[in-house]
Amino acid sequence: MILTTNSPVLIPLLFLVFGLLIPLIAWKRNSLAWPTLMLVSTAAAAISIYNVFKVLSTGPVHYHLGNWVPPIGIEYVLDHLSVFVMVVINVVAFLVLIHAREIVGKEMPGKQAPYFATVSLMMAGFNGIVVTGDLFNLYVFLEISSLSLYGLIAIGERKSPVAAFRYLIMGTVAASFYLLGVGFLYMTTGSLNMADVKAILPSIIGQPTVLIALALMVLGMGIKMALFPLHGWLPDAYTYAPSTSSAIIAPTGTKVASYVMLRVMFFVFGVSYVAKTLPLAAMITWMAAIAIIYGSIMAIAQSEMKRMLAYSSVAQVGYIALGIGLANPFGLIGAVLHVLNHAVMKAGLFLVSGNLRFKLGHSNIFKLDNTVRKKMPWTMAAFTVGALSMVGLPPMAGFFSKWYLIRGAYSSPSWTGWVFIGVIFLSSLLNAVYFFRIIEKVYMKPLTASKNGANGHDHNDHHAAGHVVEAEVPRDEVSGSMLIPTLVLAVGLIVLGILNAFIVNGIIKYIIPAGM
Amino acid sequence: MTTLEFILGHYAYWLTLVLMMIGLYGMMMKRNLVKKLIGMTIFQVSIIIFYVAGAVKWGATEPILDNVDIEKVHHGMTQAISTAKYINPLPHTLMLTAIVVGVATTGVAFALVIMIYKRYKTLDEAVLLERMKKDNDSDN
Amino acid sequence: MTTYTSIVPLLAVLVSLAAVPLIIWSRKHPNLRESWTIAASLVKFGLVLSLLPNALLNKVAELNIIEISPGINLALRVDQFGIFFALIASGLWIFTSFYSIGYMRGENSHKQTRYFSSFAICLSSTIGIAFSANLLTFIVFYEMLTIATYPLVIHEENEEAIKAGRKYLIYTLTAGLFLIVATVWTYGIAGTLDFKAGGLFSDGMLDLPRATMLFLLFLAAVGVKAGIMPFHSWLPTAMAAPTPVSALLHAVAVVKSGVFAVIRVVGFVFGPAMMAAFGLDTILLTMAGITIIVASLIALRQDNLKRRLAYSTVGHLSYIVLGAALLTKSGFTGGIMHIAFHATMKITLFFVAGAIAVNLHRKNISQLNGIGRVMPWTMGAFTVGAIGLAGIPPINGFVSKWYLGIGSIESGNLIPLAILVVSGLLNAAYFFPIVHIAFFRKGDDGLKGKGEASLFMVVPIVICAILSVLFGIYPDLFFNFFKLAGSIAASIVA
Repeated sequence: MILTTNSPVLIPLLFLVFGLLIPLIAWKRNSLAWPTLMLVSTAAAAISIYNVFKVLSTGPVHYHLGNWVPPIGIEYVLDHLSVFVMVVINVVAFLVLIHAREIVGKEMPGKQAPYFATVSLMMAGFNGIVVTGDLFNLYVFLEISSLSLYGLIAIGERKSPVAAFRYLIMGTVAASFYLLGVGFLYMTTGSLNMADVKAILPSIIGQPTVLIALALMVLGMGIKMALFPLHGWLPDAYTYAPSTSSAIIAPTGTKVASYVMLRVMFFVFGVSYVAKTLPLAAMITWMAAIAIIYGSIMAIAQSEMKRMLAYSSVAQVGYIALGIGLANPFGLIGAVLHVLNHAVMKAGLFLVSGNLRFKLGHSNIFKLDNTVRKKMPWTMAAFTVGALSMVGLPPMAGFFSKWYLIRGAYSSPSWTGWVFIGVIFLSSLLNAVYFFRIIEKVYMKPLTASKNGANGHDHNDHHAAGHVVEAEVPRDEVSGSMLIPTLVLAVGLIVLGILNAFIVNGIIKYIIPAGM
Repeated sequence: MTTLEFILGHYAYWLTLVLMMIGLYGMMMKRNLVKKLIGMTIFQVSIIIFYVAGAVKWGATEPILDNVDIEKVHHGMTQAISTAKYINPLPHTLMLTAIVVGVATTGVAFALVIMIYKRYKTLDEAVLLERMKKDNDSDN
Repeated sequence: MTTYTSIVPLLAVLVSLAAVPLIIWSRKHPNLRESWTIAASLVKFGLVLSLLPNALLNKVAELNIIEISPGINLALRVDQFGIFFALIASGLWIFTSFYSIGYMRGENSHKQTRYFSSFAICLSSTIGIAFSANLLTFIVFYEMLTIATYPLVIHEENEEAIKAGRKYLIYTLTAGLFLIVATVWTYGIAGTLDFKAGGLFSDGMLDLPRATMLFLLFLAAVGVKAGIMPFHSWLPTAMAAPTPVSALLHAVAVVKSGVFAVIRVVGFVFGPAMMAAFGLDTILLTMAGITIIVASLIALRQDNLKRRLAYSTVGHLSYIVLGAALLTKSGFTGGIMHIAFHATMKITLFFVAGAIAVNLHRKNISQLNGIGRVMPWTMGAFTVGAIGLAGIPPINGFVSKWYLGIGSIESGNLIPLAILVVSGLLNAAYFFPIVHIAFFRKGDDGLKGKGEASLFMVVPIVICAILSVLFGIYPDLFFNFFKLAGSIAASIVA
């Protein structure tokens, strides 16, 4: 069957084709842009889930593009890691895109067609990165997705083109570094195919060229991943982008970049080179540790919710990088699981901020008060679940990522492991600060209204103050198409938390490369 | 090998390095947005030159099979084309793609620059940041 | 000891969770809403009670719910210690539910739906804590309890309450993180997280520095909820919560979860042998002893009735910790019994404080002259509780204290005994004056025409007081608390 034999290439292909089709179809009828995108997004989500089952039952799938045999031809590989990341980005994008229909109409009226077309291109790029087995092909898809990203960010607020421009400069530098690294690898190994390079490398591993190649590729991916101190583009980009862009980029963009880093470090160069011969993995863990603390502290200082979530993402990317850098099984499990968990959490939280902007016109934390709870109870409930998960409270998913990361840190040699445990510890508390601040604001009466009731005064005073303020605020929740994805993501956090052992045993265990 | 040989022998790579540094300098130190873009383009070009330089072989010609060789293979006189006669075409094809990517990036970049100019009426980074800050203040 | 699989523990945990949607759904009909709470508490108690006969025969109910991390299950296990704690928590919840109704309506309090639903979730978590089979399950329910109690602490939503809530969260979340780190470490050393009477570490797994560090981590983790100094200061601040919250949560559920955790750590994770081998019991003993004395001294100086009760609670919690630190059979017996007996006495006292606040709007002891004439039943119950906490027979407080004393003698260390005696005197010193001024001083004019508080409140007060007396005379009444405690202690020390 065409579908099943070609399934590796189908998703990027579909998104590419539809990237063209959407403007064409929308030229006829503008309102058809979103349904067309949903069509391809649903297909992509379904195919990615199918791919998971395929890989779990029959093992990794190798697909030769155009029937050219690798290493001369380009090869698409579905192994456990790629299907895992693929299903994460496609399903999360699917949910965010359901939400997108109304809010794109509000934030960018009339521009639905080009916007959705760009989204389709971006998804093509991401899926291509995840599924390709060829180093240069990865660069091509990387640039496809990046260019779309710049466009998606630039359609936002007044300052968004500047943010997009900055991201463009940094992103192009990053991709160029990656390309240079690929160039070095090609010069020394003569091949562009990942598996082939992996086979050839051990014989030339001592050469400085190889070292530089690795460094360049990791550097490039570090910029794309927004690993401290290469994160400078992220806060502005996520803040000024339109709600849907933030909601779709935050869960996917940095995850795909971390996927590339994982792939290059552990599957091309090999664990022993990266972790034992070079101190690269160790360096990454330290940068990650700083990222975690820095992101959490900066998040506390923010007054705008999207900016706060952006810095929070910097910290969460730090978690993933920490897991990668620890280079032991539990660290890797923690990192990969956190790819899933963080994608779901951040998507949910950005959708919440989107809902707030849709109804209230802003998502400024200090302008929130408890009328929001009455107006949008379900949205705030979803926010609470997301917040509890970010802080790391069981049984939500966020707890389990931290659990595995702590176990991974525990297994690492000497005192460094304890430092990382301390970092995770501290960041959880810092997370609690900036999330509970919002929860307090939204769920409690404003403090000014009941100053009389403080410090154990007479009950009479308290009675009088306590009953004046509770005016009736009408329910003004966002509509179903926006609410349901938000809630699905929130509930998903609880479900993913409880079922995490199945996910770990089912897929993630197989991702652990030999030699770890 | 002697230092002179080292420098002159690897002149292509030195060129790459110099161009990269010029590009980075342009991106970081220039205040005009368009000049930053120029720097970025130079940076990308340096990498293209690197690849192309890596494709070169001594005494080789362009990778187009000449009729003599094709005849030889057809008549079974040689088993395969001697690759040492032709430079490596693969980096060239890769770089075609990279050039296209570069062009697209430049296109998007200039679209952004136009947008920025329309909104802020300046292409100077320092002035731009100031005007953005004023935006901030008027927002709050 | 035999094991059998049973779904009843899970049902017991889930009953009140199931009540939460019903409570929220009937928020416009207070009577219906309250009836869900009552129904849930009765069903929960019934379910827990149904597990008692098997537990007394040393049959352990087990249930693996789901694998929650490779190799570790979310699992419930009803051993004797678990059922002991669950009985107290679920039983006292019934009384607290009735009392809450009276209190909330007397105060005309706001957000009662949130109150009752949070309470239900709290009790779910508490039963979950009681029935946890391993440290990871324990962490899940422990953290659930933290989150579920937060809305209750900040219930009044005034400045004091919100500050109390923040402090509470900071303390308990930090403690939770310590617990996670300690658990990871334990798993790394021992390869298992299952609670086992006598300790889950085998010989040779620990050495002195590691054992001490690990124990200190656990202590920081459980010491917060158990009110061990210097981790206790959230407790008096949390008195900003409504009295039923203080009564059940901060005298029974939350803090008893803390000391439950202490005994689990001492008896079921480390075990008496390891504790003694590395001198960890000395650390615990010292901290408990200091807490008892200092808390009692601070209690003397409090004028706010609830704060005095709060510090008294801190002191009495460390009775239990002391009992565990003695590492002897009687010590454990006394400590475990005190979990139950202190609960009944303290809840009585807190209920009284709440009744006085709702009925007479008085919160300070200096305002309590002569109220014994006006609220005789209430203050009578208070007297019973006060006597018991001072350790005077025939109230149940005497029984647990007696065994703590014997435990101290058994361990060959007489300092704990001295501490217990001094503490008893201090208890008398800070409780008896209240009784005295209530009954033997003339009340002011504000008391004219006042009577007892609503029956919803007075009946639970009196019943809890009577229970304290009954348990004092016959500790094995109904639930075989004494027998259970002894059996648990024996299994730990064996």
